[in-house]
Amino acid sequence: MKSLPNVRKYHSQVWSEPVIMELGRKGERGILIPEAEDAIKTHVGQIQSLIPENMRRKTAPDLPEVAQPQVLRHFLHLSQMCLGMETNIDAEGTATMKYSPKVNEALVRLPEMAEIHPCQDEETVQGILEIIYKLDLFLREISGMDHFTFQPPGGSMATYTNANVFRAYHADKGEGTQRDEIITTIFSHPCNAATSATAGYKVITLMPRKDGYPDYDALKAAVSHRTAGLMITNPEDTGIYNPDIKEFTEVVHKAGGLCFYDQANANGILGITRAKEAGFDACHFNLHKTFSSPHGSFGPGSGAYGVREQLSKYLPRPVVSYDGEKYHLDYDRPDSIGKVREFHGNIPAVLRAYAWIMSLGAEGLVEVARTSVLNNNYLTKMLEQIKGTKRYYAPGEYRLEQERWSWEKLTEDTGVGTMDIQRRIVDYGLQSFFMSHHPWIVPEPFTPEFCESYSVDDMEYWCAVLEKISDEAYSDPELVKTSPHCAPIHLVKYEDLDKPDKWAITWRAYLKKKGKVILERS
Amino acid sequence: MPTNKPFIHPYIPNSAPGIKADMLKEIGIKDVEEIYEVIPEHLRLKRKLNLPEAHPSEYELKRHVKGILSENKTCESYLNFLGGGCWQHYVPSVCNEIISRSEFLTAYGGTPYSTFGRMQAQFEFQSLMGELVGMDVVSEGSYSWGTVAGNAIRMACRMTDRLEVLIPKNISPERLATIHTFCRSAQEKNNILIKGIEYDLETGLMDLRDLKDKISQQTAGIYFENPTFLGSIESQAEEISEIAHSRGAESIVGVDPISLGVLAPPSDYGADIVVGNAQPLGVHMNYGGGLFGFIASRDEERYVAEYPSWLISIGETAEEDEYGFGFTRFERTSYIGRDKSKDFLGTVAGLWTIAAAVYISLMGPKGFQEIGETILQRAHYAIDALSEVSGVKVLFPKNAFKEFVVNFDETGKSVKAINKALLDFNIFGGIDLSEDFSELGNSSLYCVTEIHSKQDIDRLAKSFKEVLAK
Repeated sequence: MKSLPNVRKYHSQVWSEPVIMELGRKGERGILIPEAEDAIKTHVGQIQSLIPENMRRKTAPDLPEVAQPQVLRHFLHLSQMCLGMETNIDAEGTATMKYSPKVNEALVRLPEMAEIHPCQDEETVQGILEIIYKLDLFLREISGMDHFTFQPPGGSMATYTNANVFRAYHADKGEGTQRDEIITTIFSHPCNAATSATAGYKVITLMPRKDGYPDYDALKAAVSHRTAGLMITNPEDTGIYNPDIKEFTEVVHKAGGLCFYDQANANGILGITRAKEAGFDACHFNLHKTFSSPHGSFGPGSGAYGVREQLSKYLPRPVVSYDGEKYHLDYDRPDSIGKVREFHGNIPAVLRAYAWIMSLGAEGLVEVARTSVLNNNYLTKMLEQIKGTKRYYAPGEYRLEQERWSWEKLTEDTGVGTMDIQRRIVDYGLQSFFMSHHPWIVPEPFTPEFCESYSVDDMEYWCAVLEKISDEAYSDPELVKTSPHCAPIHLVKYEDLDKPDKWAITWRAYLKKKGKVILERS
Repeated sequence: MPTNKPFIHPYIPNSAPGIKADMLKEIGIKDVEEIYEVIPEHLRLKRKLNLPEAHPSEYELKRHVKGILSENKTCESYLNFLGGGCWQHYVPSVCNEIISRSEFLTAYGGTPYSTFGRMQAQFEFQSLMGELVGMDVVSEGSYSWGTVAGNAIRMACRMTDRLEVLIPKNISPERLATIHTFCRSAQEKNNILIKGIEYDLETGLMDLRDLKDKISQQTAGIYFENPTFLGSIESQAEEISEIAHSRGAESIVGVDPISLGVLAPPSDYGADIVVGNAQPLGVHMNYGGGLFGFIASRDEERYVAEYPSWLISIGETAEEDEYGFGFTRFERTSYIGRDKSKDFLGTVAGLWTIAAAVYISLMGPKGFQEIGETILQRAHYAIDALSEVSGVKVLFPKNAFKEFVVNFDETGKSVKAINKALLDFNIFGGIDLSEDFSELGNSSLYCVTEIHSKQDIDRLAKSFKEVLAK
């Protein structure tokens, strides 16, 4: 057995920080506002006269009054009680927690990115249009698709865009009413089911075969003249690559449906295999996962959405075009599905993805893929040594992305479940791992993913912590069950948060429910 | 595609050949290719990706990208009057500082223990925004104003079991197009019908007669904005809400939150669901990437049950006197509900949510009052200054907050030509309305905020004179 490193002592900062609403005293100011010039004041006269009487604010909003150093300190304290990818070893699977290069952050903060308006004349935004256009070209090459849009500001918005494109395509063919079903699998990201339903589709969710692979026979039985399309990930949540993917797309095409490849997690296959060759009509990439844009405490992200030629005319408008000399915003797209968000999307993510690809090049992208699959399979070797773990499905087969594991044995033996371990790991300064999307098909699941950003030492340390927690579960289960002990806070009473008389989604609701008198700020 | 020369990159620690060899040995294989054997041969890409030559050195990469970006003209070097749902306000340095922190910038989901700080900061956004809009429930930030307006309309439809929404025609075409997407269904019978309500060409406000004509027992909600896209303060707001309620429909209001230090909160005039664009609160325009929306309502279970959004609640922990945070009714969301969820969510706008929490905290009640006043004063000064230019007319001048419609019909010049000419004066003129709002003639939407000094406005007026005299 490989010996793992010693686990170091850790304790989070605990600031017991008040809520901002409790800070400050009357009259403090966090920032001053430019005042209109005297000449303007004289010219326009009474401010009150500028607002219809019934529309004037009668009482000032009950906001805290806090000076600048104290506002800064408060939010710095909060940041210190938050594990970012860059401050720990973050193995949240299906999320590809990779390094977001600092040079890219310097670039997105330039006024040439931050201080441009989406309605500026094309002539004045040639730089950013070039970046958008070129990233489109790069992603075409990486996926085999023919055209990308960056309007969807997240992965779910990209799958929603896709459901809309499918609908427009079938409506054009006069089969819009007939084709009212979208097929997905239980191990594809839940947004595929949710966004299809939001777009009005009936969703058919396929269960896997006993061995964990997607079930071709089930798909064959599900497709019909009602099939609008298939929306599927590969490798799925389990990390298992479906080798029959081409057959999957063929059977859907034969029934007249379209195929969408959810490539939120494409890290292990960059430059290795492409959506086009597997027969897909459309796909998306999460620029905040595979292409290094930071996750930003849950966004903003970017769901780059690409299609084959026959679907290109349905893309949201505008798209960026190039005439050999200048870049243009093409709004004249009568068959477009319209818009999924105002303007052009989360363009800083596009800029970062461009810079990331330009740093690595073709050779580097393949190295990213190869290293990430190497890492994940190296992880398998270490994790399987830890007492109480089991990698689910397809024994002996390699994984191409995250891996779905289970603590089932450990739970049976000790009563400690995956949620307990997910909290306990924070006591060692590591990010809570991702368990599983819902529903849990695999009992007591956890889903680590070590993309290319992590060193051997990182992975060994992470496994050492898991090994230690496993030991704790067997020797002192209460320690794990009552965790966390070294985190910013202790176990939350979650059950209260779902009760209407207890939940408090704003401070003002909290005060009312607590029966606390709203104190006059003094 | 193994190459002879080892590829070692600073973003990839295990790209060093020695490390890789050790790992392969541990797994028991000779080459990563053996792992890829799970992919059928006919699906393998057998050539190198055709991408431009890389700039692996950080210096060269930075120089390369900056070179391309230098083709952009910015709203710092030009005087900008574009708005229309992406607004240039000053972003305080503390906002930039906080969202640059690695801890916030690079965190993702985690748990209330591992990412405690982001949960509290995002709860604080909900709380601060709750005071501005006068509502007890506020969501975390989401994709954009248009998408949350779409969500809110769908909430109203589910709550009333109706499939029709009324929207005044003075709305942003970008936002309306986004709403349209959210109202379409693959099953035609489930389409949400959008009925446009006329607006008064004298005031820019909703035509209440047309509203009364069109509202019916089928109406799930009326969606209107304050101020409107065309800049006017919708002073009939209370009456509009009453008309909605009289037919059992929801009053859904979209707001520009920076106005709420001086304008009445929507809760004062009968709004049931409030949405808006929080980009003005501490987020750079980012070519429109800075947009993000929020949803708010009263604290009633029937509303909370319909939110698609992250809703962070404050609560207790195992330790006395300790705040804990967690999600309320998480089973509503697409992460649990899949195809039975309330619309969908995902990676939305967490970082912008934190920026806005910092912004509102810095501003306080006084800051919001003052910024509202400065904007009003400067916008109204601009209206008068531009109206003095021969041939230029400002439509609905009395109701403006920070935006207003400038009409050039009498100048004989198109907005397009005027805006082109203004570029020579290093000015970005307003949004061209002549196609989307042909009823307003040859018009343009100008935006004036606290960043525009008297000198800036005078410079615009002077440039108008020169451009129009040519």
